[in-house]
Amino acid sequence: MRGTLSDRMGAALLMAPLLLFLVLAYAWPFLGVVKWSVTLPTPGLGQYGALATDPLVQSVFIRTLRIALIVTLVSVAAAYAITVVWVRGSPAQRVVAEFCILVPFWISVLTRAFGWVALLSNRGLINSWLQSIGFISEPLALVRNEFGVIVGMTHFLIPFAVFPLASAMRSLDDRVLLAARGLGSSRMRTFWSVFVPMTRSGIIGSALIVFVFSLGFFVTPAILGGGRSVMIAELIYLRIFQSPDWGLGAAISVVLVLFVGALMALLFRYVRPKQLV
Amino acid sequence: MPTYRPGPVSLALAGLVALFLLLPLLAVIPVSLTPSRMLAMPTGELSLRHYRALIEDPRWIDAILLSIRIGIVSSAISTVLALCFSLGVWMFQPRFTAALVGFVLLPMVVPPVVSAITLYFLLTSISGFSSFFGYDTWLGVAMAHSVMTVPFATVLILVSLSQLDRRIDLAARGLGASVWQRATRIIMPNIKFGIVTAALLSFVLSWEEIGVTLFITSVNAITLPRLMWMGLRDNIDPAIAALSVILIIITVLVLAVRSVMARQRGGH
Repeated sequence: MRGTLSDRMGAALLMAPLLLFLVLAYAWPFLGVVKWSVTLPTPGLGQYGALATDPLVQSVFIRTLRIALIVTLVSVAAAYAITVVWVRGSPAQRVVAEFCILVPFWISVLTRAFGWVALLSNRGLINSWLQSIGFISEPLALVRNEFGVIVGMTHFLIPFAVFPLASAMRSLDDRVLLAARGLGSSRMRTFWSVFVPMTRSGIIGSALIVFVFSLGFFVTPAILGGGRSVMIAELIYLRIFQSPDWGLGAAISVVLVLFVGALMALLFRYVRPKQLV
Repeated sequence: MPTYRPGPVSLALAGLVALFLLLPLLAVIPVSLTPSRMLAMPTGELSLRHYRALIEDPRWIDAILLSIRIGIVSSAISTVLALCFSLGVWMFQPRFTAALVGFVLLPMVVPPVVSAITLYFLLTSISGFSSFFGYDTWLGVAMAHSVMTVPFATVLILVSLSQLDRRIDLAARGLGASVWQRATRIIMPNIKFGIVTAALLSFVLSWEEIGVTLFITSVNAITLPRLMWMGLRDNIDPAIAALSVILIIITVLVLAVRSVMARQRGGH
């Protein structure tokens, strides 16, 4: 089947345009960014040294890791709860769960961040309601801080966490659960000692996807953090456009790619790609 | 059909999550009806002035038209490139297929902000010798969006090809069909649903793209998400609430139609 001259020609002709396009429009400019990181403002590895010592960069890195960890824990737990109903509920429950997962999934990140601004801001729904019932006198600071960022990112990432979990739960053998119940295990115990361990690959896949996504998150933290809770991606943006330091922005990007690449390698080592879809 | 159903505790927890997922989408509805010029809950009377602003303010109309134009062009580019590439992979199964597909998927897995700075580098470099194709031009944005959407189009087309029966292609080949005839008369008609889905998804992704667009536009190529972003950062413009309500309604309608169609075809 493979290997004749015309076959190779045909394959090359069909595959070349996209490969050429991505080499010219993606791989080559990425090397340009790498070049920025070692030539601006002066040639050398100075920017990478700055990454290791600059207290501002360090605090942003630590904040990003902290937010990503919290968001991962909360998103996977929340996704787990709704996926159980989506996969194993009655037909009506499934339709409702699917609606609640897919509608936010298809709505743009800006609209969703804006919805949280409308809920959480000082004159937003939650604060006006709490004030109108006299529960608080001053509005609570729910947005333009880390709390707002975590809420918004969790909301964005839950649907992404659902898909690997759903595939793990679908492939689970019902008879094992029935056996556990038949042997006298309570609902709770069956869930925690049989159901959850059997969906472990889904949990790992979903946690890694959410964690990787949250590391490079830009739009939600920028809107809901209001400039006070800057994460890595926003720092790159600020270094390119506000206090021009292209070298530092480029160096952070390179480090981010390497870190995410290492995590992806881990993901594919522990979870076979087929289990992710 | 699973026999093991979620109990009351599971249902209550899932209900809370569902509420959390829908709450911000519902919250924009009252805000969009406020008579106030600022972001606020309506107190007493309701008004449609922010919906009117969307039709009357030329900035919104220009941004919508620009986003549609960029979406169509970038979707056409990425669908054609993804289709040719996937046909090559499927028909000839060349060596190093996994590595080549992995390379094509890079813009999908690399953090968007890194793709953004990469495309910023590309377009500012092009700006050096071309004023209508580089930074802050609609063609530049369309090309950047193609880079970002082409992995998704490729995945969709490869998935629909993987469900195609190879024997029909072998039959055509045995009867002497050329590569071109096999591709256009045998394979493509059989995966047309996948091709259309790839084109639609590419359009939708371009229509709502903001992460990369922020890096590669400033004052000329203002797409709809870019305009929303500007209205969200400075003084929050309630017209965004009106626009959000419209976008949410469209999404719900499309999903409802799709699920009814899927049910009629008997699929999931």
